[in-house]
Amino acid sequence: MTAGDWQVVGFTLRVAALSTILIAPLGIAMAWLLARRNWPGKSLVETIVTLPLVLPPVATGLLLLKLVGRRGPLGQLLERAGIDLVFTWRAVVLAMMAMSFPLLVRGCRVAFEEVNLRFEQVARTLGASDWRIFLTITMPLATRGIVGGLVLAFARAIGEFGATIVVAGDIPGQTTTLALAIYDRTQLGNDAAAYRFLGIAAAVAFAALWTSEAFLRRRGNAR
Amino acid sequence: MKLELDDVRVPLAHFDLHVTAQLSSAATGIFGASGAGKTSLLETVAGLRPPHGGRVVLDGNVFDDRRVHVPARHRRIAYVPQDNALFPHLSVIHNIRYGANGSPIDECVRVVEIEHLLARRVTTLSGGEQKRVALARALVTSPRLLLLDEPLAGLDRPLHARILSYLQRIRDEFRVAMLYVTHDPEELAGIADETVVLEQGKIVRMGRTADVVGIRPA
Repeated sequence: MTAGDWQVVGFTLRVAALSTILIAPLGIAMAWLLARRNWPGKSLVETIVTLPLVLPPVATGLLLLKLVGRRGPLGQLLERAGIDLVFTWRAVVLAMMAMSFPLLVRGCRVAFEEVNLRFEQVARTLGASDWRIFLTITMPLATRGIVGGLVLAFARAIGEFGATIVVAGDIPGQTTTLALAIYDRTQLGNDAAAYRFLGIAAAVAFAALWTSEAFLRRRGNAR
Repeated sequence: MKLELDDVRVPLAHFDLHVTAQLSSAATGIFGASGAGKTSLLETVAGLRPPHGGRVVLDGNVFDDRRVHVPARHRRIAYVPQDNALFPHLSVIHNIRYGANGSPIDECVRVVEIEHLLARRVTTLSGGEQKRVALARALVTSPRLLLLDEPLAGLDRPLHARILSYLQRIRDEFRVAMLYVTHDPEELAGIADETVVLEQGKIVRMGRTADVVGIRPA
């Protein structure tokens, strides 16, 4: 492993972690709203949230590019604020966020739905506010599922390729992630390096999925 | 205690719960077959299932009306569901303290004799112990009314008399009025002075327990 290889691994882990942290509050809130509340437009929001799961990642990347590119509605705002996004590490984080958000929401939603409603009802009759119930009953009982969802989102972020290459490109030392590195080493015929990255990506993905499954398996007492 | 249910309507999956009654006994039985709407009636009184019409009034406090719906957390009506719904991630004492809001819990613990269980995890308790913890947890809020959904269901026969004796103590020492849901007339004989019989969401009989279900109170 060269210093450049380690840089790719470190960069990928850092941006994937940042992406997961950034989507966590909204993802958990969205999952709770979908699991516990009925509101107008719920199914539309649900569909939009799920869309990146079924759209080709490159298409999601293109949508993001239209949105945050120089001429995009968000891009203009960002430019005025002096923030460069496209083809920077920030775009890598954005692509990872968009692609892993649906997985996080799905995981957390199932976790919330598995918490027996009776616990929340009884807590209400004991005088607890909605917020207290969420913090003291729902969240603790859903924690394992939520952590499982977060780990899955993190793993998905690490493997992200299609959307990233469209909005962030593959700029060595700046936006190259593990997945992009595997691709370009293969393209360059540097199979040894590609396999090294492949091994690292597989190990990280394995560890993440194994952790996630372990959390999901131990989620017995919420029912 | 005086609970007025005036033309209370709650749509359920297969029929409407539609109830008018004035209940004022220390303990009132709600009797009926499975699926008659008994649990839904308790949930409505507790404020967990807003009615689509009618009035729910307890001791002069309007809880449900055309314009009013007092949320469950402001009603001070305690609810012990059939499965107890003890919070599985909390110990016995933390379950009981959940609704205490700082007030002492000793009396509630004493009346159901669970002093020795306080440090236990609720998932390690027997069925009878869980029921007693659920009762103590319900009592710490000093409820105006205690709703009991099939409190003896799933417990071994020999335990029935013991749990019933705790309920009688609660009724007499704490002076908490209760609605007691069951499909077993023998249980009512031991605790309820007055009984309402529900069928398909409607009250079909109502009166002294002995007259309604044909068994003399103990």
